[in-house]
Amino acid sequence: MIRQDINRIDPKRRATIDHKKRQFATPTYKQQDYPHRLNLYDTPPTAEITLEQFEQWAIDRLRILAEIEACSYRNKTPAETASHITPLLQKYLPLSSNTSSPNGAADQRLKNERQKDHYSHFILRLAFSATEDLRRRFARAETMLFRYRFQQDDSRERRAFIDGLNLDWEAVSDEERAEVAENLLSSTPGLRRLDEETWYKVDWEKVPELVERRAVFVKRGKAYVPGREQLAMIMAEFTARLERALELTSRALPRLDEDDRLTPILNHLSKNFGSADSVFSESEGHVDGAAITASSIDQLSQHFPLCMRSLHINLRKNNHLKHFGRLQYTLFLKGIGLSLEECILFWRQSFKGKTDDEFNSQYKYNIRHAYGDVGGDARRGRGYPPYSCQKILGDNNVGIGQTHGCPYRHYSVDNLVGLLQSTGVHDKGILREVRDDVGKQRYHIACNRVFEWSHKNEIKKVKDDGTWSQADLDTIVHPNVYFKRSYLLKQLAKPPGRD
Amino acid sequence: MPHSVSPKKSPSQNDDEAMPDAPAEGNGVKLEDMFEDDDDEEFPASSARDVKMESSPAPVPQPAPTSASSGVDSDVMLAFYQRLFPFRYLFQWLNHGIVPTRDFGNREFALTLQNDAYLRYQSYPTADLFRNDILKMNPSRFEIGPVYSTNPRDRKTLRGGQMKPVSKEMVFDIDMTDYDDIRTCCSGANICGKCWSFVTMAIKVIDAALREDFGFEHILWVYSGRRGAHAWVCDPRARNMPDDRRRAIAGYLEVVKGGASSGKKVNLKRPLHPHISRSLDILKNHFGQTTLVDQDTFASSEQADKLLQLLPDKSLNDALRRKWGSSPDRPSTNKWADIDALAKTGKSSTLNTSTLRDAKQDIVLEYTYPRLDAEVSKKMIHLLKSPFVIHPGTGRVCVPIDPKKVEDFDPLSVPTVLNLLAEIDAYDAKHPAGSGEVEMPDVEGSAVNGSDIKGARKLQDYEKTSLKPYIDFFRSFIANLLKEERVVKREREETTGPSVKPDPMEF
Repeated sequence: MIRQDINRIDPKRRATIDHKKRQFATPTYKQQDYPHRLNLYDTPPTAEITLEQFEQWAIDRLRILAEIEACSYRNKTPAETASHITPLLQKYLPLSSNTSSPNGAADQRLKNERQKDHYSHFILRLAFSATEDLRRRFARAETMLFRYRFQQDDSRERRAFIDGLNLDWEAVSDEERAEVAENLLSSTPGLRRLDEETWYKVDWEKVPELVERRAVFVKRGKAYVPGREQLAMIMAEFTARLERALELTSRALPRLDEDDRLTPILNHLSKNFGSADSVFSESEGHVDGAAITASSIDQLSQHFPLCMRSLHINLRKNNHLKHFGRLQYTLFLKGIGLSLEECILFWRQSFKGKTDDEFNSQYKYNIRHAYGDVGGDARRGRGYPPYSCQKILGDNNVGIGQTHGCPYRHYSVDNLVGLLQSTGVHDKGILREVRDDVGKQRYHIACNRVFEWSHKNEIKKVKDDGTWSQADLDTIVHPNVYFKRSYLLKQLAKPPGRD
Repeated sequence: MPHSVSPKKSPSQNDDEAMPDAPAEGNGVKLEDMFEDDDDEEFPASSARDVKMESSPAPVPQPAPTSASSGVDSDVMLAFYQRLFPFRYLFQWLNHGIVPTRDFGNREFALTLQNDAYLRYQSYPTADLFRNDILKMNPSRFEIGPVYSTNPRDRKTLRGGQMKPVSKEMVFDIDMTDYDDIRTCCSGANICGKCWSFVTMAIKVIDAALREDFGFEHILWVYSGRRGAHAWVCDPRARNMPDDRRRAIAGYLEVVKGGASSGKKVNLKRPLHPHISRSLDILKNHFGQTTLVDQDTFASSEQADKLLQLLPDKSLNDALRRKWGSSPDRPSTNKWADIDALAKTGKSSTLNTSTLRDAKQDIVLEYTYPRLDAEVSKKMIHLLKSPFVIHPGTGRVCVPIDPKKVEDFDPLSVPTVLNLLAEIDAYDAKHPAGSGEVEMPDVEGSAVNGSDIKGARKLQDYEKTSLKPYIDFFRSFIANLLKEERVVKREREETTGPSVKPDPMEF
């Protein structure tokens, strides 16, 4: 602030005065020609645009990213996501290939499209670099957008784009390929013949996704990647570069030399990157009028979604739950409005085999921690938010003997059906449909299907008398929403006057 | 008392910097005090403040016995730290060199005190300060975390999110409790020679994969003191991996998946990935010995039923069930052989031999493949118990395991702290000549700056005990690591100028 006057000497000449900005002062940077449709966004834009364009372009891109994120929260397959966003992209952020115009990349329309894509990306970078959470979400959504576009690209342009990147990939010689032939065949799913692929040798760190799935041959730190896995490598490259750039942006952000025209726009943009369940507000899951105490949990558990119901059943059966199970359940209970004191009481009573000392030293702290009563300098007073379906489904590491996670995803189908039957879901048709959903990895749909079946009478009633709109019955993507809706529906169904 | 506490600090060679310490808000510490250069004054005060900061109830270790069963009380612990714990080598291992750097100075230690209070974010600029603080706090055990971008003790003076983990060894944790559903000899915290072989197999499989596939060379395996083992991958390339790369390796190594209710836990695609086929080769014989003979896993009818659930063919299963039902005491080896025998008779018309072979491979893996606590490996910030500390329950020292001789390692013959102290006393009784000096507690850390003057050198206490081979192994491990490290460091210096001296900005 004190030094502002230095920069205020003459706004028009600023670029030539400030040595840091000298690199952008050369006119060659001003108008980029975009030879490819795709862009790794390495060079920041330097030309001038109007304030209206600044805002409008950013909003258009944001709309796309928000949709992409919503699709991923709803567990849509890539194909479903693609069909969902294709028309939106066409409308808000079209990006045509060189072949779509007789003039190729020289066409002004293509240039404009690419400029908008380029600029809007960098504007949103500014808006979303402030916090770790925003950075992560932005990088994820951008990567998905890039992947979608990359796959849409026609193969010739894709090749030209890749060749222009100068990536550090070493081609595997024929002799070496013959040497490791057997290993290459057995580690590359779907590969029949060796000679139909070009192989590249890269540091395995470049393809963590393939390594994690064991879909690539790794030897002494080098991964042998078939040509068609370029997508994975490009994606990793894209994400890595973007994350690094966002990190740098966030550090530079406090020094953004700006009068107050852009900052409000940027703040506004980052606030609007809301989505279905990224943040679950504290009171959203609370139910008015319901007495939620340690002793009422047993009774209320009939309204719990299967993930929590199974934890409850296991807790009652074994008088114990493992760490992640306790965490998942505690946060859920917090979300339905169980107070910290009642929650400690609940766990104390549930762990029958433990002495008070054991309980206090081994478990109590974690419960208080989950409520934000202790620990975590920044989070003090809030604790963790209850887990969403997205979070629970995303846990691909439910370990041996553990019971947390989503039964639809983490149980074998037979055990899942057994559990459903034990909670009163006997209808053969429903069970068959659930099996079907789970087979297609549509865990949300299965869970919502069971909800709709077990509340079918109540749902019909509120629909008929119009007390609930369709928005109130939207797909459930949060266990606490499941509870609340179930509880309210069953209350409505009770004859008035009682309860 | 033979192992007396000496409150006098040993003179230290690298104390020219003050102890960077987080000033606890509002406790009236004068600035001059914090920047005090005289370390001897500064040090005790700073640690006492840290204790307060962590809101742990008692800064002074209580002289109460921690565990009646192992006989390890706080006096024994103190004697162990004073006379046996290899502070200097631990320092060199984490510091990757002799001159103190950030690799050590910004490293988090977490101490569990005798009263079970848990102090996180401790850090020490030098080996001596590290040793002094451990002697003073006398923790029952301590853990090692990552190297942070700043000194962990300064974290409260920084804005949120400023302190980032920058490097840590890639670690693995194998714990027998994860094997409870497939071992029959013991359960929970107990262990015997029979079930230790699960850990042996795990070490073989993981070690092979890390070396052959990922090209890591400096892998330190450490006995966890009771029923498991830890691995520390110390190659620079491994230490600097961000979390997603750690997750990738953990995923690569993870084969047995699923919780208590997820049914078949191994479901592999064919053809088998080279890592899996190599592991299978290693594990096959172990399956024959450990699972079928030693554990006799399928002896009980429930376990046999579980086995049948993993087999693909209904009519073969029915035949097996009838056969085993009529002779309930049939040992596992015979049951396992029955599968192929009955399959060959061709009783089942639907049976597909390759499906059966695949299912049998999956079963071998399900019952022998390493079960890792993957969470520990995935995050840089996870803490793991330091090598050479005492397991409070058993009193055993967490000694390194030589992966080349992993077959010979017997957890039950690992020395306990009480054994070791008795060995020192026995040695000193036999060699009274040198015993005059032994009372001086400065065996480690301050001992003549790493250069061992042959002949004139006085025997260190650990060398009188059965801990010696383990520490010698650790030393040779460090020597190899430092050799590579020197090359890396030289490169670093060439690009950034000398960075060995702790940056004054750091403080």
